[in-house]
Formats: sequence, C-alpha cells, structure tokens
Amino acid sequence: MITLPRWFRRPSILMNETPGGPWGSGGDDDKSGPRNPWAVPPGGRKTGQRPTALDEFLKRARGSYGGGGNGGGPQLPAGINARNLWLIGVGLIVAAWVLFTSIHQIGPQQRGVVTYFGRYSGILEPGIRLTLPAPIVDVEKVDVEQVRNDDFPREGGENVLTGDRNIIDLAYTVRWRVENPRDFVFEIKDPEETVRATAESAMRAVVATTTLNDAIGAGRTQIEARVTRAMQQVLDDYQAGVRVQGVSIKQASAPASLVDDFNAVTAAQQEAVANLNNARSYSQQIIAHAQGEAAAFDKVYEQYKLAPEVTRRRMYYETMEAVLAKTDKVIVETPGVSPWLPLDKMRKLPDVQAGQPAPQQQAQGAQK
Amino acid sequence: MNVLRNPVTIGFAALGVAIVAAATFAIVPETKQAVILRFENPVTTINQWQPGQVIGRTGAGVIMRIPFIDKIVWVDKRVLDADLDNTLVLSTDQLRLNVDAFARFRIVDPLKAVTSTGSTSATEERVADQLRPLLGNALRNELGKVPFSSLLTPERGKVMDAIQDSLQRNAKQYGVQIVDVRIKHADLPEGSPLESALQSMRTARQQEANTIRAQGQKQAQIVRAEADATAARVYADAFSKDADFYNFYRAMQSYRHTFGADGGPSPEGATTILMSRDNAYLKEFEGRGK
Repeated sequence: MITLPRWFRRPSILMNETPGGPWGSGGDDDKSGPRNPWAVPPGGRKTGQRPTALDEFLKRARGSYGGGGNGGGPQLPAGINARNLWLIGVGLIVAAWVLFTSIHQIGPQQRGVVTYFGRYSGILEPGIRLTLPAPIVDVEKVDVEQVRNDDFPREGGENVLTGDRNIIDLAYTVRWRVENPRDFVFEIKDPEETVRATAESAMRAVVATTTLNDAIGAGRTQIEARVTRAMQQVLDDYQAGVRVQGVSIKQASAPASLVDDFNAVTAAQQEAVANLNNARSYSQQIIAHAQGEAAAFDKVYEQYKLAPEVTRRRMYYETMEAVLAKTDKVIVETPGVSPWLPLDKMRKLPDVQAGQPAPQQQAQGAQK
Repeated sequence: MNVLRNPVTIGFAALGVAIVAAATFAIVPETKQAVILRFENPVTTINQWQPGQVIGRTGAGVIMRIPFIDKIVWVDKRVLDADLDNTLVLSTDQLRLNVDAFARFRIVDPLKAVTSTGSTSATEERVADQLRPLLGNALRNELGKVPFSSLLTPERGKVMDAIQDSLQRNAKQYGVQIVDVRIKHADLPEGSPLESALQSMRTARQQEANTIRAQGQKQAQIVRAEADATAARVYADAFSKDADFYNFYRAMQSYRHTFGADGGPSPEGATTILMSRDNAYLKEFEGRGK
C-alpha cells in the first residue's frame, strides 16, 4: 500500500495545478475546497502557508501584466505568457520528480532492491544507479555489510534453565547481517524481531541440554557455536536472508542470590588443595628424614663391620662418657648397703618427667 | 475550442481520468496477496503464495479491476508472527512452567483467511489473534503430556513438532500454514517454584563443597600414610642388615638424647644415676688386678 497512493495522488495534483494554480482545487494542502487564486488578494494567502518559490514566481509574472485583479469567475487572463508559465511549472515539477526518483545513490555497504510495478526485478550494486521513475520502479536500500549487534536481554541478565534443572543468569550478544537483501525484504515481516525471537529460543534450547557447570564454565564456546548453528538453520528455514555471524555469551553465572554458595564451593576446592599440599610437604620431610638416618646408619655399619668389637666398645664408652659427664653419679659399692638418697633433690624429678614432651618419645618410637 | 482551452475544464477532466485510473489499476507488491471482492463477493486472488515460487516470478505487478465495483483486500504474503506470552503450563509431573512461545505462519490461502475471519482489513492481525489461543491450547495439551525434564533434553524438538502439528490441524481453517513453533522462554513461575529451585541449587552447592572438602582430606591422609610407609621401608631396609648392631646403635643415640649429650637442648632437671658396681661401664673401674 505504499506505492499505490503515491501513484495516483501525484498525477491528480499535476492536473489540478494546470487550471487552478498550486493553491487550487484538490491540492493536498488546501482544505477549503476549490478557490480561485485571482479572486484572492495577493497577501491573503500568506496567513496560513509559506509562499513557495513557485508562488513568488507566479506572483511576479502576474504583476507584469497588471490586470489580474478583475475578480469574478474562473477566467484566464489574456496572453500566452500565463499558459507557458503553467507548462513550465508543471514541467519543472515533473522533471524534479523524475530526477529524484530515478537516480539512486547506493552506498558501498548497501544494496538496492528493485521492484518494477511491485514485482521484484533485481539488485542494485553500490554506486550511482539510474532506474525508471517512481511509480514504475521502486528501490529499497538495504544495509548488507553492516554487522548488527543484538543484546539479550536488552539490559542486565535473564534467568535460564539448564539441563540439570538449575538456573543461570545469562546475557549474550548475537551478531548478524543481511546476506540476501531480496529475501530479507520480501520473505519475512519484521525480520529484526524474527532474528531476536530465534536467538532467544535457540539459546534456551541449547542451554536446556547443557549442565550448569558447562554453562557457567568450560562449555561456553560450545554453546555459542551450537546456538549459532541452530539459529542459522531456523532462519534458513524461514528464508530470512540473514547470516548469523556469531553468538557471544557475555555473562553466564549463578543467580545473584546463590553467589555465596558458589563461592563456598570455590573455597572448599582451595581448602582441599591446601590440605593436599600440606600432606605432600609432610611426606617430603618424613621421607628425607628416613633416608638421611638410614644413610647415616649404613655408613657407620660399614665401618663397624670391619672391626665390630672395637667399634662397639668405643661407641659405648664414648656415649657413656658423654652421658655420665653431665649427670650426678652415685656408685653403690656392695649389695645390701642402701645408699642415702638426696630425696629433696630428687623430688623434682617426677614433675620434670611428667612435663617432658611426650611426642618426642613417640617420634623416636616411630623411627624404630 | 474555448471550452477545451479552459484550464479548469481540462483539470476536472484530468482529475476524473486519474480517479478512474486509480480505481482501475493497482500495483500488487511482492509482499502482498490480493483478494478481489466484487460486490463483497470474492472472485479471485492475485499473487497467492505458492510453494517453491521464486521471487520475481510471482503474481506481483500491475493488475486491472472494474472500477468502483471490485474491491481489493490486501493480505500479507510474508512469514508472520503470532506471539504468546506467559502461558502457564502444567507438565505430567505437576510442575508449573511459565512459557513464552511464538508461531511463525504464512497465509497461503488469502481467500480463506478473509472469509474465515470475516474481515476486509488487517486480516493478518485477525488471523494472528485467532491463532494465539489455538497455540496456547496446543502448548498446554502437548506439554501436559510430557514430564518437565523432557523439555530440558533434545526431546524438546519432538514436543515442538507435536505442538506444530496440532496447531497446523486447527489453523487450516484460516488458510494458514504454520512454518514453525518455538518456545522462547520456559521459566519457573515466580514464588515458590522458583524459590524451591533456588533452594535445591543451594543445597546442591553445599553438598558439592562438603564433598570436595572430604575428598581433599582423604587424599591428604593417603599421601601422609604413603610417606610413613615409605619411611618405614627405608628404615627397615637399612636396619635389618644387622638387627643386633641397630639395637646397640640406636640405644647409644637414645642415651645421648635422653641425657642431653647430643648437643641438643638439655633436658630439664638434673639427673642422678645410681650405678651398681657390676655395671659394664665400671668393669674396668676396679682394675685388672682383681
């Protein structure tokens, strides 16, 4: 219904202008019906409308032969001049019309979809292109190179169900462009909205088959690729003439109210790693210690084997020497004689022994 | 001659011609189908959609009709959209879902579309209005036959096909072909269903955290035990070469440690040793002479 009114409205204006002048009967702007311009005082028109260039031109032309103000009926003023002026005026309008509607400037990123009496006839490539004028040929320019970005949702994030019945907060962008301007113009009503609806349904269908951990973690790239494929397939089914360049997930996270719980999982993971690290360091220590001790024993044993008796004696005496040198000694001469014990000094001993660190003994026990 | 020269007469004549021409000729664009009504009685359709038709070789173009008698009703030829928002659906397992769906359709029989809706303007919208409740019914029926979980699996496609078939059966009377039916959103309704889903997610996270922690502890314990075992083996390998000497050697070490003679921190408190005359250390004390 776009071309039709234009097609019949325009000639009717042209026809009216011939007899009545631009402000004559049937004109688009004149609501008051047919009115004779010659009967109206020259200034009268100006209240409602701006005088156009043509108005000025005609006014001047009329002034040149003076007797226009005779009023009364629709009477053509004498002289061939007036007729010519009308013809020139109409000719100019037609020429401008043809000029404007048959020259098309198609930008480098655009294509022009040409219809000939409503029927599709071809595509105009970029450049200045000539066609037949408007009612016959109509050109619709479509931007094909520009990649369009659609954000989903338009702001924030939306809740999407995953395959394991979890909810994630999702935000993503779809990039697409027009691949086939003919299909884009003729096959789908409101193609932009169709792309949006397709994207939403494809994204949810794909997320509905992935797990929560994939969706918020490693599976993103895969989801993006699958959504791109699914969208393309659906749009091809519609013959939308659209090429989906890509889908990128801007945000895929746990719902805001669950962030603490998700963080707790991360904390637990770190705790587990820390635990394991501690165990490993203990392991290194204890093994190194064992190896050291074993090596020391081996060295001593090597020498001991060469002269067992002497070495054993030597070690015994050296040890006793070292030990006894630091302690108080009481030697009991004969069996049956009880020595006097300095009990006041010894009284401390049990306390001290009780206070001695137990783990040390245990550790030594373990070493054996 | 004078009459013909009169511009007003010419103007009115031209206007008349233009009006008749406009009423006779019409341009049918590629995007529209036209139903011609003659005294409200449909006579023909122009540029009707046909499968496999190539754009540019359709019925679009200039048509003629009988002026003032034939009336043109325009019907869109493109793929159209019927949206359905916030339909509450109950699955077989009694889970409520809030579903937004859309159907893409094409009016393939414009005459039927016009007669069935009884409208001569905005037929597409009337048809979409008729389709919406049908789509809602199809959704409720088909989704009511499957458990909720099948919406979250690849089976979803099958459910969609079933909905499309069911809708297609009902939509035929409007001269409509259903191109596609899709679910845009399938969300848990606000309130308790959403809350309980979030609650189950929360407990699942807690469970995961606890499991990870326990697993970490288990592994740490295993690592420690393995280290202890390795150490024991290293000791055993070395010391079992001569158990007797080890006993002696270790005893010496232990004495030194216990009595503070190994250079380490000296044990607290004084030690008094009572020695028998028979002590091996004192064997030489009395001299060889005895």
